[in-house]
Amino acid sequence: MPTKIEKDSISGRDTTGHEWDGVKELNTPLPTWWVYTFYATILFAIAYCVLYPAIPSLSGHTTGLLGYTNRAALTQSLAEQNRERAKFVDRIRASSFDQIRKDPELFNFAVSGGRSAFQTTCMQCHGAGGAGSTGFPNLADDDWLWGGKIDQIHQTIQYGIRNSNDKSRNTLMPRFGADGLLTSQQVGQVTDYVLSLSGKAKATPEGAKIFQEQCVACHQADGKGNQEMGAPNLTDGLWLYGGSRDAVYRTIFYARNGSMPAWGERLDDATIKMLALYVHTLGGGK
Amino acid sequence: MDGGNAPLYATRIKVYPRAVTGRWRRLKWAALGLLLGIYYLVPWLRWDRGPEAPSQAILLDLDGRRGWFFDTVIWPQEVYFITGLMILGAIGLFLASSLFGRVWCGFACPQTVWTDLFMLVERWIEGDRNERMRVDKAPASAAKIARKTAKHIAWLAIAAATGGAWVFYFVDAPSTLRKIFTGEASTEVYFFVGLLTVTTYTLAGWAREQVCTYMCPWPRFQAAMLDEQSVIVTYQKWRGEPRGKHKAGDTWEGRGDCVDCRLCVNVCPTGIDIRDGQQIECIGCGLCVDACNETMRKVDRPLGLIRWDTLARQEAREKGKAAPWRPVRPRTILYAALFAVVAIVMAVAFFLRTTADLSAQRDRSPNFVRLSSGDIRNSYTIKIANKGQHERRFALELQGLPGAMLAVANVPGENPILPVHADSVGTFRVLVTVPAGEAPSGSHSIEFRALDETGVSTTHASVFVGPTR
Repeated sequence: MPTKIEKDSISGRDTTGHEWDGVKELNTPLPTWWVYTFYATILFAIAYCVLYPAIPSLSGHTTGLLGYTNRAALTQSLAEQNRERAKFVDRIRASSFDQIRKDPELFNFAVSGGRSAFQTTCMQCHGAGGAGSTGFPNLADDDWLWGGKIDQIHQTIQYGIRNSNDKSRNTLMPRFGADGLLTSQQVGQVTDYVLSLSGKAKATPEGAKIFQEQCVACHQADGKGNQEMGAPNLTDGLWLYGGSRDAVYRTIFYARNGSMPAWGERLDDATIKMLALYVHTLGGGK
Repeated sequence: MDGGNAPLYATRIKVYPRAVTGRWRRLKWAALGLLLGIYYLVPWLRWDRGPEAPSQAILLDLDGRRGWFFDTVIWPQEVYFITGLMILGAIGLFLASSLFGRVWCGFACPQTVWTDLFMLVERWIEGDRNERMRVDKAPASAAKIARKTAKHIAWLAIAAATGGAWVFYFVDAPSTLRKIFTGEASTEVYFFVGLLTVTTYTLAGWAREQVCTYMCPWPRFQAAMLDEQSVIVTYQKWRGEPRGKHKAGDTWEGRGDCVDCRLCVNVCPTGIDIRDGQQIECIGCGLCVDACNETMRKVDRPLGLIRWDTLARQEAREKGKAAPWRPVRPRTILYAALFAVVAIVMAVAFFLRTTADLSAQRDRSPNFVRLSSGDIRNSYTIKIANKGQHERRFALELQGLPGAMLAVANVPGENPILPVHADSVGTFRVLVTVPAGEAPSGSHSIEFRALDETGVSTTHASVFVGPTR
């Protein structure tokens, strides 16, 4: 509480009259214009509250004269983004794969677009970067069920595998054991033959005979498979459903018929093209 | 209990600085001309960089994310060069302050320079101190209103030119100048021209010394850089006092040299009396030195009653002794050494800077791929930044992994050549395949190297991961 205003002997200034344990405060008044800047901030706050959404009520809030909302601003910036992207997307739609691959700028855009589409729609089964897992093919290796050329990849993505689409890739491996086509013993013998193709077991003449009778139609006489039929190569060391004797036995006994949606029914043409280019660059593209 | 007669707010006392001539005033004019010349003219310097690059010598292209400085192009990741320049500026300021006090405030600060320019215009239009004070007190008249209007129009014109020059550092000057007048310039350009116009007009026309006294933090902490050996504006109290009026022919015995003409107060741009000693409002411009010398010449007394000197020397002189100026002292050595270290680091970094940068990011999903032949493959995203102004073709090599084969997606050939456009980053997907038998177990260090046709090379260390055996 101000008690005694006195003149400070050194500075010649008045004190405020405040004193704390002998320490006295000099009166150094604020310039008047400084106070006006404070009033200006109050006016700014009032104007802001009038123009922008500001005051909450029980059922909502004041909307402000400018009608600004974050959501509308987001929608607008997304629309701007899409307009920018449309230039490239239109070119991708109109160009062949060869044309796209000869234009580095367009190619990089397509691969980036494909990557983000892959992470939304494909990663759930095929893993990030196309790493795959048991039952879901690795897209980064050179082993292809239905072909690794860009057009083949494009067709697979567009129409899918074993789904209700008329053009989907559609073949069926018989359930050799479960449907009684082979006995358990015969399944065991052909399992050993299949494993022998990659040097993992010893073949028996019985197994070779069964293979020639039942399997070569799709997997070919040398066991290297047929991409027209989606029949995998059995001679490499890569196994989609596991390469143990038990896993191969189960594959022959119950069959494996993996499926994939026809993405052409859900995604636009340009996105499918970008996905095909992205998958093709993952490493296994022919 | 309202504090008696102690007011909470102080009304501003208007300062009417008087014109002055002399050595320091000339130096201040020279500094003003040089600094404003640099500020207004630099954006108009042209520099030929070929058809696809801007032809402005100094341009900070925020949209394009490039800083153009003659033949040097600064990319966003090299912004430390600009940071380094700012650090050099700060340390240089510390050094200058410890040697010469507030030279920055008095001669080089934009606030001082533009205020000085605005005062010059004011003096041309409204006359010198006495004339301005007389007109301000006089009632409104047509002549008064005409002069005031003319002054504010002139001020606004300078302020607009200042705002214009500011944006020219960020956009192409000639085309933007045309667009500003034809109404085609972007909203951002108009906004910043407007903003800088308003701040220049307000700060240099109206706020003036209030900025230095109340707004600027620099006078507050520069006290830490000054000491009794810093050269500052001093009043030789021991020689000037007791002050008093002096008539020609009167004796100088028993009195000081100060004739109390108040010229030093009248010329001061912050309106203080230097004879009260050091004070926070003093910006160290030395105009009172010129003013006092003018008077000393008239009354035929030795010059330098108000002079540039150190506090230590003034104390010694008061006792009739001589003391040397000591510019070399621990703090100046420290500032100079810091300045030198930063300058050397910057120079080394600048000369070691290459016009190409390589980076390699390895795919971790899948960590590695086993091919049907059993070979092991790793994939990398390689980025090559071409900071030059011409398209370059880089040969990519891999070192540290015998037997490895390198392939680039979408680029044919065993030893692919990677083209990268001028002033851009090329992104490539690189596949490295090692025969089954030669694949390393676990992580193995490798190095990518990109070499352009002129022999400029850049490397990036990475790893190759194989199945753990």
